[in-house]
Amino acid sequence: MDEAEKKKMFDVDSAALLVKELRANFGSGKTKSYGWRVSQMKNIIKMIEDHENDFVEALRSDLSKPELESFVFEIAMLKASCKLALKELKSWMKPERVKTSLAAFPSSAEIMSEPLGVVLVISAWNYPLLLSLDPVLGAIAAGNAVVLKPSEIAPATSSLLKKLLGEYLDSSAIRVVEGAVPETSALLEQKWDKIFYTGNGRVGRIVMAAAAKHLTPVLLELGGKCPVVVDSGINLKVATRRIIAGKWGCNNGQACISPDYIITTKEYAPKLVDSLKTELESFYGKDPLETKDLSRIVNASHFARLSKLLDEDKVSDKIVHGGQRDKAQLKIGPTILLDVPHDSLIMNEEIFGPLLPILTVDKVEESFEFINSRTKALAAYIFTNNRKLKEEFVRAVSAGGLVINDTTLHLAVPTLPFGGVGESGLGSYHGKFSFDAFSHKKAVLYRTFAGDAPARYPPYTQGNLKLLKALMEGSVFGIIRALFGW
Amino acid sequence: MEVKMELHKTLEELRRNFKSGTTRNASWRKAQLSALLHLLRHCEEKIFAALNEDLGKDPVESYRDEIGVVEKSTKHSLSHIDQWMAPKKCRLPLVMFPTTGEVLPEPLGLVLVFSCWNFPISLALDPLVGAISAGNAVVIKPSELAPACATLLANLIPVYLDGSFIKVIVGGADVSATLLQHKWDKIFFTGSPRVGRIVMSAAAKHLTPVTLELGGKCPAIMDSLSSPSDLRVAVKRVVGGKWGPCSGQACLGIDYMLVEGKFASTLIELLKKEIVKCFGNDTRDLKNMSRIVNKHHFRRLSNLLEDPSVFSSIVHGGSLNEEKMLIEPTILLDPPLDAEIMTEEIFGPLLPIITLNDIQETIEFINSRPKPLAIYAFTKDDNFKRRILSETSSGSVTFNDVMIQFVCDQLPFGGVGESGFGRYHGSYSFDTFSHEKGVMHRRFIFEVESRYPPWNNLKLRFLRMAYNFDYLGLLLYILGLKG
Repeated sequence: MDEAEKKKMFDVDSAALLVKELRANFGSGKTKSYGWRVSQMKNIIKMIEDHENDFVEALRSDLSKPELESFVFEIAMLKASCKLALKELKSWMKPERVKTSLAAFPSSAEIMSEPLGVVLVISAWNYPLLLSLDPVLGAIAAGNAVVLKPSEIAPATSSLLKKLLGEYLDSSAIRVVEGAVPETSALLEQKWDKIFYTGNGRVGRIVMAAAAKHLTPVLLELGGKCPVVVDSGINLKVATRRIIAGKWGCNNGQACISPDYIITTKEYAPKLVDSLKTELESFYGKDPLETKDLSRIVNASHFARLSKLLDEDKVSDKIVHGGQRDKAQLKIGPTILLDVPHDSLIMNEEIFGPLLPILTVDKVEESFEFINSRTKALAAYIFTNNRKLKEEFVRAVSAGGLVINDTTLHLAVPTLPFGGVGESGLGSYHGKFSFDAFSHKKAVLYRTFAGDAPARYPPYTQGNLKLLKALMEGSVFGIIRALFGW
Repeated sequence: MEVKMELHKTLEELRRNFKSGTTRNASWRKAQLSALLHLLRHCEEKIFAALNEDLGKDPVESYRDEIGVVEKSTKHSLSHIDQWMAPKKCRLPLVMFPTTGEVLPEPLGLVLVFSCWNFPISLALDPLVGAISAGNAVVIKPSELAPACATLLANLIPVYLDGSFIKVIVGGADVSATLLQHKWDKIFFTGSPRVGRIVMSAAAKHLTPVTLELGGKCPAIMDSLSSPSDLRVAVKRVVGGKWGPCSGQACLGIDYMLVEGKFASTLIELLKKEIVKCFGNDTRDLKNMSRIVNKHHFRRLSNLLEDPSVFSSIVHGGSLNEEKMLIEPTILLDPPLDAEIMTEEIFGPLLPIITLNDIQETIEFINSRPKPLAIYAFTKDDNFKRRILSETSSGSVTFNDVMIQFVCDQLPFGGVGESGFGRYHGSYSFDTFSHEKGVMHRRFIFEVESRYPPWNNLKLRFLRMAYNFDYLGLLLYILGLKG
C-alpha cells in the first residue's frame, strides 16, 4: 500500500480523532440550540428536494429499485419525517412537568430532554437512504452530533450521501464515514453516547458487545421471519394485493418487515395460491424477469444465498409458481412454495428475497403456536374478519409490531413505535420515538428550604419511624397524628 | 456441574410457566403485589434484623431507604396497574382513514434482576415490583455481600409469592456468571460500572436488552446562601444525604462538594456541628451510622486516606474502627485532584470539599468528569440553576436537597453515560420490563390503487399528494377533477 493509500485509510486512530473533534464541537453547545436543529432539518429537506433525481438514480444503480418505490419508501417517507419533526420539535424539546409526591413536599419537578452527545448511526443496504437519514434526523432533532456509516453494499447511495451531507449539513457536527468492515470496526472501538444499528442479528451482537465496553446504550433494528396468517372469509383479492405489495413491492422482499412466509389452512391454500398468481401477473406481467417494477437481488452473494434456499432437497419440488432466475441480471422471479419442510433452510433463516413459502395447517388457530415456537420477528400480519381470531392474534403473538389486514404500512405511522423485540431488536423509533431514542430524559427536582421532614434525619427514634411511615404512605391524617406524637 | 444443571432446569421451568400465560392476567399481578405488601408488613422485624446484621442499619434508616421505598412502589403500582396495562390509542394521519392504531404493552418474558449490597432489600424488590407489574417471570440474584438479606429473601419470597414464576437464586460470582450464560428477555442490573460492562457483554450474546443502574461521583454544589436558616437547612440535608444512607455507600449519595474558597471554612464548621448532632462525637461509638459492608471495602476506604497529601487535607474525622467496621464522618479540604479519592467513586463516609474561585467554575469542573447519577446544587440563583441544567449532564438534578428524587414515583430514576442507562420507578418500572407492541388495524374497504404496480406517473402524482397530506389535492384527484 503506498503512502497516499495509507493516508486515506480510515483506521482506529482516524476514528478516535473524529470522535474527539465532534465531542469538542458538541461541547460548544451549538447542536443544542433549537435554531441549529431546525436549520439542519430544513437543509435535509432541501437536499432531498434538490437531488431527488440523483437519489433515484443511485437507488436504481444500487438496487434497480423502481422509481416509485424509491419515491414512496425512501424520499417521501424521509420528507414526511423531517416535516413532522420540524412541526413538533418545540413541543418535544419542552420539559415535561410532573407531580411530586407528598413525601417530597413542597417541591416541583420536571423531566427535561437533553442530547446524549456524539452518536453513531450504522445503516443498511436495502433502504440505504431512509435507514441512513431517518435515524440521523432523530439524532439531530435531539441535539446530538452524529456520524453516519452507510452500507458499503449500496455504494452509489453511500457516496452520494457522503457528498451531499458534506454540502448541505454542518460538518462540524454531522459526518459520514464510508467503508466496510475495517472502517466499521474502527468506529465501533470508540466511545459513543449511543449507537443506532439497522441490520442483522449477527452483526447486532457484535455492535452490542463493542458498545458494552463503553457502557454505550444501543438501539438495534434487526429482522426476523415476519409471518402472515391468512384466514378464510376475507376479501381475498385485496388481501393478496396487500401481501404482494408488502413482499415483492418492498425491494423485492429484501426488507426487514416484508412478509417472510404465510400460514393458512389446507383448505384455503389453493385459493390463495391462485389469487397470488393472478395478481402477480396483473402487477408484473407474464414475464416478471422483464418488468421494471421490481428491484433486483442486491448482489451475487445474496443471489447465491437465495438460490441455495430454492435448490435444497425437498424444497425445490415444492415450488408452485415462479422460480425463474437470471444470474447475470441478478433477478429471481416472484416464487411461491407450498408446504416446505419446517426444518428446511428456507424456513430457518430470514429469506430477505422474492421467495414466499406457504405453510398449511388444519385449523387457522394452530398458526399462532407455530409462530410462537420461533424467535420473535420485527412484524407479524394477519388477514381475517373474525373478531375473536383478531383478538387472540393480538394477544398471543409477540413481535415488534402487528398489522391486521395489511402488511408493512405501520412503517409509515409516526405515532406507532417502530422496533423489534427479542431477536428482532431492542429500542424503537419514528416520530417522537426517534427524538426520545437519542435523548437523555433528565429528572429535575426543585426543593425549597422550607418544609423539611425531621424524621428523615438522624438521630433516629421511634417517633421518626412512625412519621416516616405516614409520610411514605401519603396519608395526611397519619402524618398529623405522627407529628403530634399519637 | 450439578448446580449448573439444576439452574438450567429451574430456568427452563420458569420459561415454560411463563408461556402458560398466567402472568399476563392483571389479577395474578395484583395478587403478587399484594402478597409482597404482606411480606413487608409481616416480616418488618426480620428485615430490620437482617439489615442490621449485614450493614448495621438502624430501623429508621431501614424503613426510610428500604421497606418504605418498596411499600410505596408496590402501592403505587397496585393503584396504577390497570391504567398501565391498557392499550394506548394512537392518532393516525387522516389519509389512512379508517385505520386505527394502538400500542399494547406486553411482558418481555423471563427477566433477571441483579441487586446490590448497599440497599439489599429495596434494590432487589423495587425492580421486582416493576417486573411483576409488567407480567414477567423473574429471577432475583441478591448480592452475596449482604448475606443475611440474601438468605432472608430466599426464605421469604417462596412463602409469600408464586414460586412458579418468581425465584430467588443466591450465590457468589460463579452463580452470577452461570446465570449470565443463559438467555434472558431482560437483565436489570444495579452495581458498579465494571460489572455493568460484564453484564452487558454477556447480554450482547443473546441481544438481551439491559438496564444498568450504576454510580459515579455525585457532586454537591454549595453556592453562598445569604439566609442563615437556609444555610442550616442546606447543611442538615447535606449531612443527612451524605452519611445517612448506608454511611455514604450509596450510588445516589453525595460523593464530593464544590464551594467557593471564601465560603469553605464556614461550611466546614457548620458541617462539623451537624455531624456531631446526628452521630455523636464519640468516635468509638458512633450512633446512627451503618457499617462499612466488609473488610475489602474498609481497606479500600482507608487506603484512600493513606496518601500523605490526602491525609493532610483531612479537616474533620478520619478515625477508623476496623473492629466495628465504622469510619468516622470525615471531611477533607482540597485533596489533590489526581488522588484516587477524587478519581474513583468513594462509596463511603469520606467527603472531599473542593474549593474554586467562582461558583460558576463548578460547571466546567463537573463537565470534565464522567456523567454522574445525580448533581446536587444548593443555590437560590435562578440563572445558575439554568446554567447547571443546560450545561451539565447527569441522571438527575436536585436543587436544594439530596437524594429525595428517589421517592418521587413520577420521576424516572436512572443514569446517563458512565452512570448507566435505562430507568425505573413508577410507570417507568412497568415500561422498562415491557415491550410496547405497535398494532395497526386496517380494513378491507377503501383500497388505494396507486399502491400497486404496474407503476405510472399518475400513481406517482397521487402518492406525492398523499405523502404531503395534500388532502384537497387527493380529494380532487379521487373525484376525477385533478389528473
